[in-house]
Amino acid sequence: MNKQFLDARRLLCPMPVIRVQDKIKTMALGDQLEVACTDPGVMQDIPAWCRINGHQILSANNNAGEFTINIVVGD
Amino acid sequence: MLATKAIMEQGVHVEGINFFTGFCVEGHTHAIRKKNKAKPKRNNSLWVAEQLGIKLHIIDVIEEYKNVLINPQHGYGANLNPCLDCKVFMVQKAQQWIEENDFDFIITGEVIGQRPMSQRKDTMPVIARESGANERLLRPLCAKNLPETLPEKEGWVNREELYDFSGRTRKPQMTLAEQFGFTEYAQPAGGCCFLTDKSYSDKLVDLWTARGKKEYELDDIMLLKVGRHLRPKAHFKMIIAREEGENNFLQGYKNVFQTMTTVSHPGPLVLIDGTLSEQDCWLAAQITARYSQGREAEQVDVKMTQQGEEKSFLVTPLSSDEIAKEWHV
Ligand code: SF4
Repeated sequence: MNKQFLDARRLLCPMPVIRVQDKIKTMALGDQLEVACTDPGVMQDIPAWCRINGHQILSANNNAGEFTINIVVGD
Repeated sequence: MLATKAIMEQGVHVEGINFFTGFCVEGHTHAIRKKNKAKPKRNNSLWVAEQLGIKLHIIDVIEEYKNVLINPQHGYGANLNPCLDCKVFMVQKAQQWIEENDFDFIITGEVIGQRPMSQRKDTMPVIARESGANERLLRPLCAKNLPETLPEKEGWVNREELYDFSGRTRKPQMTLAEQFGFTEYAQPAGGCCFLTDKSYSDKLVDLWTARGKKEYELDDIMLLKVGRHLRPKAHFKMIIAREEGENNFLQGYKNVFQTMTTVSHPGPLVLIDGTLSEQDCWLAAQITARYSQGREAEQVDVKMTQQGEEKSFLVTPLSSDEIAKEWHV
């Protein structure tokens, strides 16, 4: 299992979703992606995007306006 | 949403593509404005995809879209919306996508006569032809009013089960939505794009006029969505936050612009674009004071920051009559 990090801070939705999508394309099934964001919209949009595209959210945390989402790549 | 469902009902595998031009109303405005906070923020295309149970691909076309908006071959609509060129461009990108991803045809939710510019009977073939999608472009909601396309000829879809909607009425769509069991049916009537908005388009024209050329970066077009825009002189513009959400958003641009804020009274963050003379600074400070809570005060202390250097201006706020109407962009 490979773990990667994506910095999507200061980007506004849907740009963080696009970055996650493009990053996941380069990853393999079961890999993990941790993404850091500042737009609160990601707490809705990234999980929604993951649900429809078959990826799993491990955790989504809000740490004083900085959001960290952990994703497991599905197929 | 309806077009997709209609095709899925025929057993066809469909995936969604959403193009992000930078002018989409989605997302950013939610992030910027605190208004409607009670309403959950949601990205409409993601929501629709989830309702339909299909995959969605969001594609960043910000750079390529510049040429569509700056040089539209078919001109603009009522505002700066180059709808016909925009549709041609998006179908062209979709065509490229289906070729790369091994899909057979493209569907769109267009209905003949629904929009004055891009959805007329005579412009429908223009989109199919100029995009290069030709016979691979199917509009399920009005297919029966249009010549047969490849998916119909090949029997991938049954033409008889497609629709013949036309005109501006949305009644047949509403009925179909009900049949499909969609309780919440989101079909924006041009409300998904800032370019159809008059006040937004005016701001973009103002930006181009001030720069003497038609060009923009993503940050420029984001900032046009935020705050009150005032141009007191041809060579400088002020962007004044209207509430806390905008204030926070503009904070992100503090290091790129000259800024003003009121020190003696609570007030908004103001970004200033342009080169100001000493006299201009005093005027800008008086305007800044006008939009602060010290608007009725005798004197307001305004701080200007420029590349880390601070200057202070003790001013009497302008009265509302002194804010000329034509300053508002
Ligand atoms: S409304 Fe905007 S996004 Fe829609 S076709 Fe027109 S220019 Fe393109």
